[in-house]
Amino acid sequence: MATATGIHHRSYRAELRLRHTKAEWFRFGLVVVLLLVVPYLLNTYWLGIANSILIAVVGAVGLNILVGFTGQISLGQGGFLAVGAYTSAILSTRAGLPVPLAVVVAVLVTAGVGALFGLPALRLKGLYLAIATLASQEIIMFVVRRWGFLTEDRGYIEVPRLGFIERETFEVQWYWVLLPITFLAVLMARNLFRTALGRSFMAVRDQDIAAEAIGVNITRTKVTAFAVSSGFVGLSGALSAYYTETVTWERFTLDVSVLYLAMIIVGGLGSIAGSVYGAIFMMLLPALLTEVGDKVRDGAPFIAEQLPAIKNAVFGIAIITFLLIEPRGLDRIWSRMKDYVRFWPFRY
Amino acid sequence: MNEFARFVSLTVYGLADGAILALAALGFVLIYKATRVINFAQGEFLLVGAYTFYTAFVLLRLPLVLAVLVGVAFAILLGVLVERFVLRPLVGEHAISVIMVTIGLSSVLKAGVQMFFGTAVREQPKILPTGSMEVAGVTVPVNRLLVILIAAIVLAAFTVFFRRSRHGVAMRAVADDQQASLTMGISVRTIFALAWALAAVSALIAGVLLADLSAVDQNIASFGLIVFPVVILGGLDSVPGTIVGGLTIGLLKQYVSGYADPGLAEVVPYVVLVAILMVRPYGIFGETRIERV
Repeated sequence: MATATGIHHRSYRAELRLRHTKAEWFRFGLVVVLLLVVPYLLNTYWLGIANSILIAVVGAVGLNILVGFTGQISLGQGGFLAVGAYTSAILSTRAGLPVPLAVVVAVLVTAGVGALFGLPALRLKGLYLAIATLASQEIIMFVVRRWGFLTEDRGYIEVPRLGFIERETFEVQWYWVLLPITFLAVLMARNLFRTALGRSFMAVRDQDIAAEAIGVNITRTKVTAFAVSSGFVGLSGALSAYYTETVTWERFTLDVSVLYLAMIIVGGLGSIAGSVYGAIFMMLLPALLTEVGDKVRDGAPFIAEQLPAIKNAVFGIAIITFLLIEPRGLDRIWSRMKDYVRFWPFRY
Repeated sequence: MNEFARFVSLTVYGLADGAILALAALGFVLIYKATRVINFAQGEFLLVGAYTFYTAFVLLRLPLVLAVLVGVAFAILLGVLVERFVLRPLVGEHAISVIMVTIGLSSVLKAGVQMFFGTAVREQPKILPTGSMEVAGVTVPVNRLLVILIAAIVLAAFTVFFRRSRHGVAMRAVADDQQASLTMGISVRTIFALAWALAAVSALIAGVLLADLSAVDQNIASFGLIVFPVVILGGLDSVPGTIVGGLTIGLLKQYVSGYADPGLAEVVPYVVLVAILMVRPYGIFGETRIERV
């Protein structure tokens, strides 16, 4: 029951619900309506950005499962995205697998690779683990760049356009493909943390020694967390392969790992909704800066010229600002805003 | 004999690379030891150092000694400012926050350099003599030998500083136990600032040497990532470890690139890194920490 003093649950079943109040259902309905009308409101350019956001959301949710919920820092995101993209691209172009099957296999392969590179996490923590995942990123990138077999020595893989996608309605059709997939992925992640497995992830994050003492199998939990997280990341990578229709190593560098970490920091560590907000924020930021650059091209050519540097600077400043001012990210800001309205005119 | 000459020249190149790596890693270890912060912006400190020196030496046409002093002054200022305004508010925060703030910092520093200097390679007259000399019947470039010498002197100076000077001893005390140092009247804040300032200075020296061997451009920053294998090899909190780690990685890269494949040399340090983390997670000279609930 929601009252002015907060939300009070009367049964465990009620507490486990995803949405507790009428206001939450109302907001959820608004979001659904918004998502359904988006393709009719946006032009092709912005719809393309919306599609990139949908793909990024899956990846950010995956990374947040690992970093935000299990507390295992990973700089290997780019490498895992690459595994997903290359696996699905090779399977569907060379082995002739149907696309949905290729995507499923790519998810499983990425989960396996993730579990493998998660093994150092059994002995390492925090900063050391971050450096170990940095190494896994560099090693995967090396394999992807140098192993001629992957790209048949061309350096890139060309992925044929999906059969039912027309050139004129490319972005709109992709939007309808990506929206349900992303929605299901987010819902799955959200539900994961209502299960025993998801809760054992959080127990390991909060205090792993104590978690072990109450009977959580740390080895299994950590490896599973890497596998589950990489599975989501692999899905994101596979989707990006079909959406962009080319797979090259340049799209999976360390910068990409950093970008995804920035998404979950800005959105909120340990929050599924936060991963979504963060992915939207970090993907919109460069697009909006480009807009601004175009607008002021005549008045201030200096800004337009310096745009790449400005984008880098804004990226860094955004990360630093969030960490210093609101370390729990956009998700926390949003819940504070809701509290403010709910308790008004009282402060708390 | 030809084979021997190749070996000697690879060794000299490897030692020179290793010496610069050791300097870069020294700054990294200083920061980690004193403040428990992993600095992902170390490569950008090298970059900023190299460009500051370039500005003073080439653009402002200052004499060499004065240019070095300007560089050092700017490095100290940068280190202190970063510590005060970026890292200090995050004292006690989770490791991921601290890592990400230094990553954000690296992005800002790189963007700053890009804004002021663009991405083109800058011409800078060579400071070190470019000739070559005979060593054991093999010709080796003089500037590489000088780089090794300079790095050795700087590292020795830092070691003496830690062992003899008041501030050096205070830094070691803080690294050992912050609360105990506070009760002994050591200002931990000053020590933190000092650690960042010294790290920036050692990065400046590494950056200028690196720029003199190669060129003044954005690639200097990529040196920052190879620092990780070095410090993991030596141990994150060990100053002698940086020398051993730096020289090992430097030599390894040159040998692999000379005898096998230059592309392979890029990834070998990371393979070593993973291997070491599997066998000795806290490095060869690192301190094992026991954690309790």
